[in-house]
Amino acid sequence: MRSAMKGDTQAYHRFLCAVTPHLRAMARRRCDQFGAPASEAEDVVQEVLLAVHLKRATWDTDRPIGPWLSAIVRNKLIDSLRRRGRHVNVPIEDVIETLEAEEQGDGLDRMDAANLLERLKDPQRDIVRSISLEGAGVRETAERLKMSEGSVRVALHRALKSLAAFYRSETREDE
Amino acid sequence: MKTNDLISLLAEDASVGMRLGRMLALALLAGLIVSALILLSTVGVRSNLATAIETTRVLFKIGFTLVLAVVACRLVFLVGRPGRSLRARGFQLAIPATLLAIAVSTELLMLPSQAWTESLIGKNAGFCLFFIPVLSLAPLAGFLFVLKNGAPENPGLAGASAGLAAGAIAAALYAFHCPDDSPLFLAVWYSIAVLLVTTVGYFAGRRWLSW
Repeated sequence: MRSAMKGDTQAYHRFLCAVTPHLRAMARRRCDQFGAPASEAEDVVQEVLLAVHLKRATWDTDRPIGPWLSAIVRNKLIDSLRRRGRHVNVPIEDVIETLEAEEQGDGLDRMDAANLLERLKDPQRDIVRSISLEGAGVRETAERLKMSEGSVRVALHRALKSLAAFYRSETREDE
Repeated sequence: MKTNDLISLLAEDASVGMRLGRMLALALLAGLIVSALILLSTVGVRSNLATAIETTRVLFKIGFTLVLAVVACRLVFLVGRPGRSLRARGFQLAIPATLLAIAVSTELLMLPSQAWTESLIGKNAGFCLFFIPVLSLAPLAGFLFVLKNGAPENPGLAGASAGLAAGAIAAALYAFHCPDDSPLFLAVWYSIAVLLVTTVGYFAGRRWLSW
């Protein structure tokens, strides 16, 4: 994470991949506890990842990352699950459906991510698509969209902020 | 979106702009400069500052507000960071509180009781209540703006400490103008003004600092 803060993309990728399984396990356990449908666990994981990402400037690099990370995760997990848990009165058929979906293993992170992406404005949406779905890097994306790398980076950062905001408003509207 | 796709997305945005501590320091500096300019361009410092500053009361007034400002600012620098205990720095607020209590008791012992009311009411209580909040606006806005980028575990508390720090900075600046030097005046009117700003900070924090 230390080298990630200096802009090392690969180190950051490794760090995020390493923490995600833990987040997922915690999110699933807590989903039960708060009575949120298990299908939402993956959304919670994504929300927590976004929070870790957007708040990483608050980590003091001279200190161990453990306490910082667990405070962020605890905060976001509880916040997110409360919002989701409060409005659950899911009919049993739905639960069965999501259980089936879980077995397929693919419907888990469906959320309205597609929806959320639609709500992004234009260059941001293209950039997010290009990097996340097509696996392109910032440089390729910049070339394709005929933008400078710098402005792609800025737009990407704004897009991530909007995604986090969408998550929050999305689950709030449901209440 | 798959979680793995999200991770690739985040990884491309790896580098961090500015750390929280540096942003807070900039906000502090900017707020201080703006408020000092407001003070100097409106009411200015007191005309007899050079001689007044040698008296114990004035020295205490300025020193006390500065200590409060420093202690409160240290709290603000910590409050936006998750996973850090605020207890130690919170307890440091007892330092200015004790100083004030000592000064007030000394003043009560030294002044005859007939003079108590006059020192307490002072000459400019109303203006003090108005001007300290005015001077606190710039630092408060700066702190809240930066803490919005922070991750306070308790948004209300974060806002309140921003308010306390901003109020204390304002009080320290105002102390260079204020003609009322008694610790009694300080304990009553300055405290009300600073608590007012702290309350505003608390509600602003609850409203804007959750993440």
